[in-house]
Amino acid sequence: MADGIRDKVAILGMGCTKFGERWESSAEDLIVEAFGECLDDAGIEKKQIQMAWLGTCYSGLHMGKSSIPLGMTLKLPYIPITRVENFCGTASEALKGACYAVAAGVCDIALALGVEKLKDAGYGGLPVAGAFGYMDFLRGANYSAPGLFAQLATAYAAKFGIEMARIKDAIAHVSVKSHANGALNPKAHLRAVVTPEQVKAAPMIAYPLGLYDCCGVSDGAAAAIVTTPAIAKSLKPNQHMVKVKSIQAAVSSGEEAWFNNWDGAGFVTTGKAADRAYIEAGIRSPREEIGMMEVHDCFSITEFVTMEDLRISPVGKAYEDIMDGFYDMNGRIPCQPDGGLKCFGHPVGASGLRMLYSIYEQLLERVPEERKVKNARMGLTHNLGGMPQANVCILTIVGRD
Amino acid sequence: MVGICSYSGYVPRYRLNRSMIYKAMGWMNGSTIGNAKGEKAVANFDEDSITMAVAAGMDALNGCHSSAVDGVYLASTTMPYKERLNSGIVSAALGLNDRIRAADFAGGLKAGTTAILSGLEAVESKRLNTVLVCASDCRLGKPASAQEMVLGDASAGFVLGSDNVVAEFKGSFSTTYDFVDHYRGEAALFDRQWEDRWIRDVGFEQLIPEVVNGVLDRCGMKITDFTKVVYPCVYPAARKKLNKILGIAPEKEQSNLHAEIGESGTAHAPVMLAAALEQSKPGDRILVVSFGGGCDALCFEVTGNISRMGAGNGISWRLNNKTALDNYTKYLVWRNILPVDAGLRAEEDDGTRWSVVWRKRREVLGLWGCKCRNCGTVQYPQQRICVNPECGAIDRMDEYPLADKTGRVASFTGDFLAASVNPPAIYGNIEFDGGGKYLMDLTDCDLDEVKADMPVVMSFRKKYSDDRRGICGYFWKAVPKREVNNG
Repeated sequence: MADGIRDKVAILGMGCTKFGERWESSAEDLIVEAFGECLDDAGIEKKQIQMAWLGTCYSGLHMGKSSIPLGMTLKLPYIPITRVENFCGTASEALKGACYAVAAGVCDIALALGVEKLKDAGYGGLPVAGAFGYMDFLRGANYSAPGLFAQLATAYAAKFGIEMARIKDAIAHVSVKSHANGALNPKAHLRAVVTPEQVKAAPMIAYPLGLYDCCGVSDGAAAAIVTTPAIAKSLKPNQHMVKVKSIQAAVSSGEEAWFNNWDGAGFVTTGKAADRAYIEAGIRSPREEIGMMEVHDCFSITEFVTMEDLRISPVGKAYEDIMDGFYDMNGRIPCQPDGGLKCFGHPVGASGLRMLYSIYEQLLERVPEERKVKNARMGLTHNLGGMPQANVCILTIVGRD
Repeated sequence: MVGICSYSGYVPRYRLNRSMIYKAMGWMNGSTIGNAKGEKAVANFDEDSITMAVAAGMDALNGCHSSAVDGVYLASTTMPYKERLNSGIVSAALGLNDRIRAADFAGGLKAGTTAILSGLEAVESKRLNTVLVCASDCRLGKPASAQEMVLGDASAGFVLGSDNVVAEFKGSFSTTYDFVDHYRGEAALFDRQWEDRWIRDVGFEQLIPEVVNGVLDRCGMKITDFTKVVYPCVYPAARKKLNKILGIAPEKEQSNLHAEIGESGTAHAPVMLAAALEQSKPGDRILVVSFGGGCDALCFEVTGNISRMGAGNGISWRLNNKTALDNYTKYLVWRNILPVDAGLRAEEDDGTRWSVVWRKRREVLGLWGCKCRNCGTVQYPQQRICVNPECGAIDRMDEYPLADKTGRVASFTGDFLAASVNPPAIYGNIEFDGGGKYLMDLTDCDLDEVKADMPVVMSFRKKYSDDRRGICGYFWKAVPKREVNNG
């Protein structure tokens, strides 16, 4: 019987570029930048990396398909590299591959690197790229990402009989909080503080989501080097160790999209992955034990419903927790301490590793006092790809020993 | 007995007030003020002659066994495809049998009645049992032209057969002349016409009496034998004169619906016939005359079966189901008259992969889903493995029609980011009554009126326009269910 990945993998080093409109940088530049920081942090030589996973989604916009661009950009010495793509969950998928290889004992040290260069599309929002296949062109709705996620709000309002104005209050609070956190972070894409009034007065993007309910579309890269706890201990005897407690993923089965048993007010996948992740990590009460979270706030309403799907807020009570400040920086479980996708930015193929970078830096107490999460020992990343009725959810839980 | 077994008229939901056109374009051509009365029906941005024909066909087939249809004729001078059988698209959308005859009738505006005549003759000769005829037009007048004022969009549908006939076919007479009142060349977008006075004096006032007298002679009838006379002349003075020449009493003149729809091309006489049938009683006689490239005249006698027809068959609920298109510029954009910047997103080119369209023709054009033989779960798109997690049966599906089903909005949005010439793009998850769920576009509605749990019906629409290749693709959208109400 398999016993999961808990405590079998340690994070030896991480790197993350500044996210944003990196007009001066190519995807290859971003790779070099994230990798350089990561390798320095790991304190090893490049040749010690035995396997690598490259995550990137819209590669047609920048460096093309396959793993080859990573090998050639970093001049990796003929090692096996896997290229993965799982929509916005891509970077977590790369991490999962690297961690599984280490946990399985097929290599000692592995690299996971996620990168995306979106700001060469020529327009705002995610590129239109036939992401859901050709049949969607023939018979799919004329949608964009904001509209797909906006429906969470109309479905949630209908399910719980809550007025849209109250949902707008709560999701405005979500965005205001993330902007406040992002404003303190020099690597974040969007660094302006906003007020609830500004958020609610912003132009409508997809009802009921306004501009400030949508995350930044950014360029960026992030990387992790993982190894066994034993090797980590030998390489860094005097440093806290951040170990992987769980990596769990769930992919839609078709039920949400085509069967009549889903209410559209949340993510089935997140709930399934969360239940498995807490068991793998040995967490009995996530509301008590999780110290901080970086969740996939592609839209404010996504963060809102995810609080329930992760079993942190009781069903139907996300509004209360959010408005009570439970997820604020000084709340019980700070959510998006680095600004989240909302403000740190969302270079699709890098985001999962950026979330982990944020938690890792917090657990090692490397962040300045004004944005430090107090006494956190365990953090969760929630990385989501796709649309509410058809998606992949990847959760990673890491802890400091 | 051979005749009309069912009928329908379709009018698109949007109406453009002619005074609004004058306000926008009257500075260019002040003489159009004479036409600046009433409103004209305007196809939505996602409608064309094919989609309107399908809408009329669905209404006409309502309550009929569509499996009995063995012929489909489409009449239009605005066929979206020059090469590709337009009536074949209509047939697939209506879920009709593959082994049927289909033909496109085009050219002169009398093509609508000619298609009806051909259908009646096919049934009379017992070559075909049941023929569906749809006439549909969506002609364009150049901005500031008289035609811009006059032309309107509409369609009509007729099921022709020999069982349960509601209006018996009593005879016909046809003339054919190369009388060019209106014309469009091979590549023309806009309708052109010759002088009104000539069309009126030489066209309507000579050709209509000729065909009417021809049919009366042939059938041994008098004009006073008819309860209603249908003829599609838009000139009020000419109508008065014709009524006098022919002896048509005022109450027997069927309205040309000019103040409500406009001159609707091949559909015009058929639309007026549908309106006349809706008001008719058993024993009524209706004379239908078309005009354009000559004339057809057809005589019908209404039977007792007329009482079987529901309000959904007629045209008056469609006339009442309307909303103002209160923006002339939007009309120009919808009809692709005014180039508009819909953003870079609109420039993505996926093309049409015809082998895929062929493979998925039932699913896409016909909105056929499937139903699991094992557990009864309805699903769309068609699946090989049942989506019910308690079932999961493999290859146990029967085809199941969804185009005729009602549904409910489970979630929705109005999306200003998605590329559209009618923003916001409104769409949502639709749960079909009886099972099945799919994320679909909504159309013929404003965001303000969309609510969770709102009932919807299915409507065949243009899914995309491919300007590079000059074609469009079709799929189904959800439309708020409106009450069929003739009041």
